[in-house]
Amino acid sequence: MLHTAYRPEKEMGLRRIFTDSGHLVRPAVVLIAALGIFLIIRALVIPKAFGQYGHYRPAALMEIRQRPIVYAGQDQCVMCHDDEAKTRAAGKHAHVACEACHGPLASHANDPAAHVPKLPDVANLCRRCHEKDAAKPPGFPQVVTAEHSGGMTCNSCHQPHNPHL
Amino acid sequence: MIPGVDGFMYPNEIELQWGLLIVLYPYITGLVAGAFILASLERVFKVEAVRPTYRLALLTALAFLLVAPLPLQLHLGHPERSMEMYLTPHTSSAMAMFGFVYLWYLTVVLLLEIWLDYRVDIVRMAQSTTGFMRLVYKALTLGSENVSPAARRIDDKVGYTVTVIGIPSAFLLHGYVGFIFGSIKANPWWSTPLMPIVFLFSAMTSGIAAVLLLYMASVKVKKIPIDMRCLDTIGKYLFYTFLIDFTLEMLDLVHRTYEADESFRSLDFMVHTRLMFSQIILQILLGTLVPLALLAANQLWKFSEAKRRVMYLTAALLTMVGIFAMRWNVVIGGQLFSKSFLGYTTYKVSFAAREGLFTAVGLMILPFVIFVVLVILLPPWPERSET
Amino acid sequence: MEISRRDLFTIGGKLLVLASAGATLEQITGAEPATEAYKMADHWWGMIVDIDKCIGCGNCVRACSNENHVPDGYFRTWVERYQVTEDQQPQVDSPNGAIDGFPPSTHTGVKSFFVPKLCNQCAHSPCVQVCPVGATFVSPDGVVLVDQSYCLGCRYCVQACPYGCRYLHPDTKTVDKCTLCYHRITQGLTTACCENCPTGARQLVDFKNPKDPVHEFLRHNKVQILKPYMATGAKVYYKDLDGSVR
Repeated sequence: MLHTAYRPEKEMGLRRIFTDSGHLVRPAVVLIAALGIFLIIRALVIPKAFGQYGHYRPAALMEIRQRPIVYAGQDQCVMCHDDEAKTRAAGKHAHVACEACHGPLASHANDPAAHVPKLPDVANLCRRCHEKDAAKPPGFPQVVTAEHSGGMTCNSCHQPHNPHL
Repeated sequence: MIPGVDGFMYPNEIELQWGLLIVLYPYITGLVAGAFILASLERVFKVEAVRPTYRLALLTALAFLLVAPLPLQLHLGHPERSMEMYLTPHTSSAMAMFGFVYLWYLTVVLLLEIWLDYRVDIVRMAQSTTGFMRLVYKALTLGSENVSPAARRIDDKVGYTVTVIGIPSAFLLHGYVGFIFGSIKANPWWSTPLMPIVFLFSAMTSGIAAVLLLYMASVKVKKIPIDMRCLDTIGKYLFYTFLIDFTLEMLDLVHRTYEADESFRSLDFMVHTRLMFSQIILQILLGTLVPLALLAANQLWKFSEAKRRVMYLTAALLTMVGIFAMRWNVVIGGQLFSKSFLGYTTYKVSFAAREGLFTAVGLMILPFVIFVVLVILLPPWPERSET
Repeated sequence: MEISRRDLFTIGGKLLVLASAGATLEQITGAEPATEAYKMADHWWGMIVDIDKCIGCGNCVRACSNENHVPDGYFRTWVERYQVTEDQQPQVDSPNGAIDGFPPSTHTGVKSFFVPKLCNQCAHSPCVQVCPVGATFVSPDGVVLVDQSYCLGCRYCVQACPYGCRYLHPDTKTVDKCTLCYHRITQGLTTACCENCPTGARQLVDFKNPKDPVHEFLRHNKVQILKPYMATGAKVYYKDLDGSVR
């Protein structure tokens, strides 16, 4: 059979090819070593549980959830300020949240004594919503303040919590 | 009114996100891909005439490739986090995948091909030099000094295979840069399937021009006679690739103009105002039509050697400027108009900032410094360095 | 001595504060947070905006800025004023994002209205698609968020957002955007912008909550999303949106 035939020149040739291409193994080893080091480093430094919900760091969700709240929210305000809440509920501003005019007050809700809210600046506050502008919905109550009040502040006539005269 | 803004921009759009450094990034990557493709012409397509530039082109490609990630790195808000791109690459992100294409190209293609081609020289120098340089060359041999004729034949075969793999890799490298822009559907100035192929051909154009310039410079420095046949051949290839590049860009322009979709009025206005100088004058007139005319003239008529040299030099320099302007117009132009198509903002290059002009100039000089170091370390003219 | 009802509430409030301070302390120390009752899988957040109710007061912009410490000159939400001539060419302004509302309009005889803008919390978000490292993502409850400690600041996502909702925070050098007040909505509160909208023009909605008014709203109104041809799966629905809005 053919493969049993001893052919020394063939074997020599093969060996030569091996020795002459031996140097090619070296860059391959360098590459594979680099790849191996990379994979080890990657396994060590990749954030914990990365990819649990998707391609991101799941801990980020809780970090974002723990950011501080600045606006306490309607329900907190009316827990204490029920008189004002009642007045407001009876009027046109029933759906305007307290902090929409009074500003962010979570700090006050958390510690009422330490953080006393300032009264809003009425001259600018009311105008932001009620100054006449063609872009506002037609049914929305709006006035040209310069003509409407003759320089008087809005709350000389309107009670902000229930603005109807 | 906001200074520098005409009409209406979404408020977060007024400030440009990608500046001069991101203009450099596709420019430099383009030079890599172009230079490599020129080198492979000799190797794979057996264009004997460009042989004198083979090694030069490989070293040019390597010098620019080493610098290519730097502008990206410097523009990041958090450069120290850039490794995340390799640690947790997002497979749907063109930018993340680019990192791998880059590494593949650097290690498997370019370094391997240079190593195989220079092995004989490296081994020789490892034996002939002394001191520190000897150590460097010894390290570069990777511990094998077998440069027998049989080993060299094998190197040549493997090198050929690497080049064959390298051509699509070079296409991939720069096509991918085009894809980074071309795949942004939110931006009509970028979003076109032609973008990768336009980037590819402009890359080849600028890369060939760069090698032509470096070849002319190196024969000047080395005081060796210039090979006019080589120069003419490079000039011919420059002409053809530039012609294809220009055709593709015009196809894009004609297509946009003819379709005239909702973004057209806005983009058209931008090209005629804010991009007038950089697009119409610098890119199309000076940077494309003039060099194309010079190169075309050389295809039609026979000029004297001295004239040809001046013509090639001018054409190549203008090409480099034109392709740079093209990158500028893509990157910067794509951010000057509002995605509401109702307004325009302005880009001002800062000088000393991290992403400013000085950094950019430094980054453009750096590849040439690396190139000089590489040329000293691995002389592309072995027959002369022996004398 | 008479104790008023308010005083009682104040004392009660203080007790509540103590309790909530305890919760925060737990959160800081990394123990099981008190809000663990919130199940992400049970929610799918979005918003509805009723153009005809918006009065351009800018309350939402101010509220967002206060709640989220948005840096000056950048916006997680803003309001645009459209003034559209008969040929449907809009003139748009949004002075400083309308953080102080709008100066009275000088145009007369044109169609005009306000459009509040914010992140559309896209389900197929192009910004998330392009992020190279997974620093921005759609949370399991449908909010597009940015991981500030992982973002490279490459700004590819800013380029990819068709709506201009993202910016690079000048201090953190990471990308920042609307979180749909994730820290509030996961604790049963509404967003700062919705809380402070005086006319109810914007409303936080939960598509997975069968009792949410959004279902009724979507059945009875003609709605539109911004740039629908972008196919981003935007979850901010606009009622009475004019064709000229971009």
